[in-house]
Amino acid sequence: MLVITCIKQVPDTTQVKVDPVTGTLIREGVPFIMNPFDAHALEESLRLKDKYRLRVAVISMGPPNTEITLKKALAVGADEAVLLSDRVFGGADTLATSQVLAEAIKKLAQKEEVAMVICGKQTIDGDTAQVGPGIATRLGYSQLTLVDHIENVDLQAKKLKVRRKLEHRHEIVEAPLPAMISVVREINHPRYPTVPMRLMAADATVTLWDNKVMTLDEETIGLKGSATQVRKIFSPERAKGEIIGDGAKDPNEAAQLLINKLLEKNLI
Amino acid sequence: MSPNIIAYAIVFIASMAFFSWSCYRRFRLVTLGVSENRFNKIGKRIWNMLLYAFGQRRVVSRPFGVNHFVLFWCFLILMLANTEFLFNGLFPDYISLSRLPIGANYVLSFIFDIISLLALLAVCVAITRRLAFPPSYIEARSRDAFIILGMVGTLMIAFFGLQGSEIAQGTQEAARYMPVSSFVSSIFMSNASSQALDWLSTFFWWIHAITLLAFLNYLPYSKHMHIMTSIPNCFFKSLEKVTTQPREEFKKGNAFGVGQVDQFTWKGLFDSYSCTECGRCSDVCPATSTGKLLNPRLVMHDIKTNLLKNGPLITNNKKRKSLPLIGDDHEGSIAEEVIWSCTTCSACMEVCPVFIEHVPRIVDLRRHLVEMKAKFPEELLAFFENMEQRSNPWGIAPGDRAKWASEIDAKPFEAGETEYLFYVGCAGAFDARSRRVSVAIATILNAAGVSWGILGKDELCCGDSLRRLGNEFVFENMAKENVKMFTEKGIKKIITECPHCYSTLKNDYRQYGIELEVIHHAELINNLFKDGKLKLNGVIDLSNVAFHDSCYLGRYNMIYEAPRQVITSATGQAPTEMEHHHDNSFCCGAGGGRMWMEESTGKRINVARTEEALKLNSDTICVCCPYCMTMFEDGLKDKDADDRVQVLDLAEIVAKAIK
Ligand SMILES: Cc1cc2nc3c(=O)[nH]c(=O)nc-3n(C[C@H](O)[C@H](O)[C@H](O)COP(=O)(O)OP(=O)(O)OC[C@H]3O[C@@H](n4cnc5c(N)ncnc54)[C@H](O)[C@@H]3O)c2cc1C
Ligand code: SF4
Ligand code: SF4
Repeated sequence: MLVITCIKQVPDTTQVKVDPVTGTLIREGVPFIMNPFDAHALEESLRLKDKYRLRVAVISMGPPNTEITLKKALAVGADEAVLLSDRVFGGADTLATSQVLAEAIKKLAQKEEVAMVICGKQTIDGDTAQVGPGIATRLGYSQLTLVDHIENVDLQAKKLKVRRKLEHRHEIVEAPLPAMISVVREINHPRYPTVPMRLMAADATVTLWDNKVMTLDEETIGLKGSATQVRKIFSPERAKGEIIGDGAKDPNEAAQLLINKLLEKNLI
Repeated sequence: MSPNIIAYAIVFIASMAFFSWSCYRRFRLVTLGVSENRFNKIGKRIWNMLLYAFGQRRVVSRPFGVNHFVLFWCFLILMLANTEFLFNGLFPDYISLSRLPIGANYVLSFIFDIISLLALLAVCVAITRRLAFPPSYIEARSRDAFIILGMVGTLMIAFFGLQGSEIAQGTQEAARYMPVSSFVSSIFMSNASSQALDWLSTFFWWIHAITLLAFLNYLPYSKHMHIMTSIPNCFFKSLEKVTTQPREEFKKGNAFGVGQVDQFTWKGLFDSYSCTECGRCSDVCPATSTGKLLNPRLVMHDIKTNLLKNGPLITNNKKRKSLPLIGDDHEGSIAEEVIWSCTTCSACMEVCPVFIEHVPRIVDLRRHLVEMKAKFPEELLAFFENMEQRSNPWGIAPGDRAKWASEIDAKPFEAGETEYLFYVGCAGAFDARSRRVSVAIATILNAAGVSWGILGKDELCCGDSLRRLGNEFVFENMAKENVKMFTEKGIKKIITECPHCYSTLKNDYRQYGIELEVIHHAELINNLFKDGKLKLNGVIDLSNVAFHDSCYLGRYNMIYEAPRQVITSATGQAPTEMEHHHDNSFCCGAGGGRMWMEESTGKRINVARTEEALKLNSDTICVCCPYCMTMFEDGLKDKDADDRVQVLDLAEIVAKAIK
């Protein structure tokens, strides 16, 4: 049986800057990383693999260089990696993205029964948290978001019990398999790859599925299949605020400046 | 006196056979180790052996070492006498001192007589020391030590007993040249009947023979195996100072690091056989002395025990290892906590009289844990990932690397135009406190008219902590990237702020085929003063500056005097010395990647070192390393002394003095 982990390669957002003129992200020279939430999704899949002897497949839709990120997944123990990459997949919003991913999962399910699809809660670039639920809806899987603990998996009875982390409370939910769960960071600590596994992964092949393989209707994917379109990306203007001194140099001086300012504004 | 030859021959042959078998069993296990060439430059190796084994250069650096020196040389000389004794028993008519030309017999008899007394005295001194003033480590009173001392003592007493009775019998030709034996004879044996003398000489002869053979057979099973191994170990010693670890070959199918005893090199195994259990390494180890689980002597001992236990199984091709090399709670020979406690300060290697290489062994074990098992203290996970992703320990965006230089005039390094690259290092670029040191260095360089430039956001971490923590795979990638960049940009001369960058660029990167002219700012500033390029603006008023030797500057690269001379020039006063200084300095606790780890067992090393500094009542502690800076500042806060004592980098002191 298969656990499928959806992984997105994202730019290392701490290093991303927005082009002030065009309002678009400057992606040049910015390194790509595995979406941090997806690293936790992968780790959870690997733990299920260790515990229930499942196989782990990772899938990602993205440009060809996403292969590097998928190899990192192989290096920590994923058994199989599929990259969905084609020009016609490009420009997808969450609707079109989940369409391609769901179709790929269907394709994998033809060969081997799928127990679970595990996604990250959200990405650090798109931030929508819609793709996981989109996949679950399209496939008719149980949908369990914001999971911070898997209580139990019963493969015989095809049941799953998880704990969801909500604001100010936890919720324990039982649901039938197959299920899509999306995980939060608290669920686990991702493992570190061993060197033999890194060397193995470096030579491993990542299966490439383009649209010749997927044969999806071009109207439902990519830019054309997207219900939304980006008009403009911009950093919101800073409405208020003022930089005082350049206090970072000396903490004592900085503290004094701050106190003066607060006194001046009658705040303390 | 001649014993019953048949009886003696049986005892002798049995003993020698058992001894040979013991040696074969033990030394065969060493050949299980991975091959390594320690036979190059024979001349230099012989010289090392003469100096350190026969000259006992390191042994005598401690007061009681002199006693060992005496015993060692007595032992060597008496080896001649004892060989004669053993074979004379078998072939009394052919092998005998008395068959030598008469003069030679007299001279040798005289020497053996005097030396035996000297040996006896040295044994008495050793026993008294162990009983009355035992050194700090507990093994001083081990059974092993007393058995050996007892045997040597017995051997000497038997010698005098035998010679004395022979002199009384009138059968010792050289009697006149044997003052000690003659004295023994005149005191104890002058009134004995000839029958009693016969009995006495037979008795002492057998005591001598049996003690000697027992001693020989006891050696391979005791710490005194070092009698056989330490001389060759000095021959096999590393020809260069051990400042780095060997590279690994990242090929599929290879194992990385050492997780099983036969993955050490043969020299690594031989080291464990050579330990004299003198305890000097544990005495100076900052981890041992602050109550950590790590004790470098025990690491050697545990490797040996593991080899003795698993070696025979490995040789018999039995896959099952009865005792894992690494394991906690007595499930393995060396606990993981032990492996992670080392600061790689090298104090142990600096004092070991037989040049055992502890740090590379510990790094071997770390490599296994990191590279094969991905098992390490959890706080290192973020560190490893930050290093790999952003090439700095904190995971700060590389684009911020040049921010420290925002208010000074720092130019990018230009090949052909700039002389020195100022390699700022991660701390110098990102750590708020060390950024002030970077500015101070820049100020000094400008004042002295040095041509320098920086790499800015292109600078990468040197990878020091990664390598010492055993993450060789990631280190190798970083080293290769750096070497590529240095080559492409035509960088040949580098100034470093941090001793760790210094040692890594200078010593470790050599393994990647690049010879860089690396200079630490302490040395550079000292040169600038000497060459008159740096002028003081009157000495500054810093009274009583305590100086701390960084391990990677001092012990690793033998830079001790340059920073001291700079302090003297800048403050008009030589620095004050802490209890541990120069090659005996005490680590701040941050080396070997310890900077990025929790320290929860025992006393904190930085606090111990800070306390030592506070004893001097100095108002300033001078350091030359960003790690030491952090460790002392934390230590001062811990001791509530940060309001009266400041920590300054050498460059900051100088920058003040040239203003
Ligand atoms: C309005 C709108 C318009 C957009 N238009 C464009 C566009 O024109 N061009 C363009 O390039 N992008 C566009 N995007 C970005 C793109 O739609 C998203 O990056 C993508 O759909 C994933 O959504 P997300 O990043 O919010 O993921 P989330 O829904 O936050 O991700 C949740 C989880 O889903 C999985 N997942 C998400 N994406 C992938 C993936 N690609 N492969 C595998 N698993 C995945 C991961 O497990 C992830 O943790 C647009 C986004 C929005 C909101
Ligand atoms: S290098 Fe330093 S910390 Fe490590 S074992 Fe030797 S003395 Fe102890
Ligand atoms: S390792 Fe060296 S210093 Fe340590 S006890 Fe053994 S011989 Fe002495």
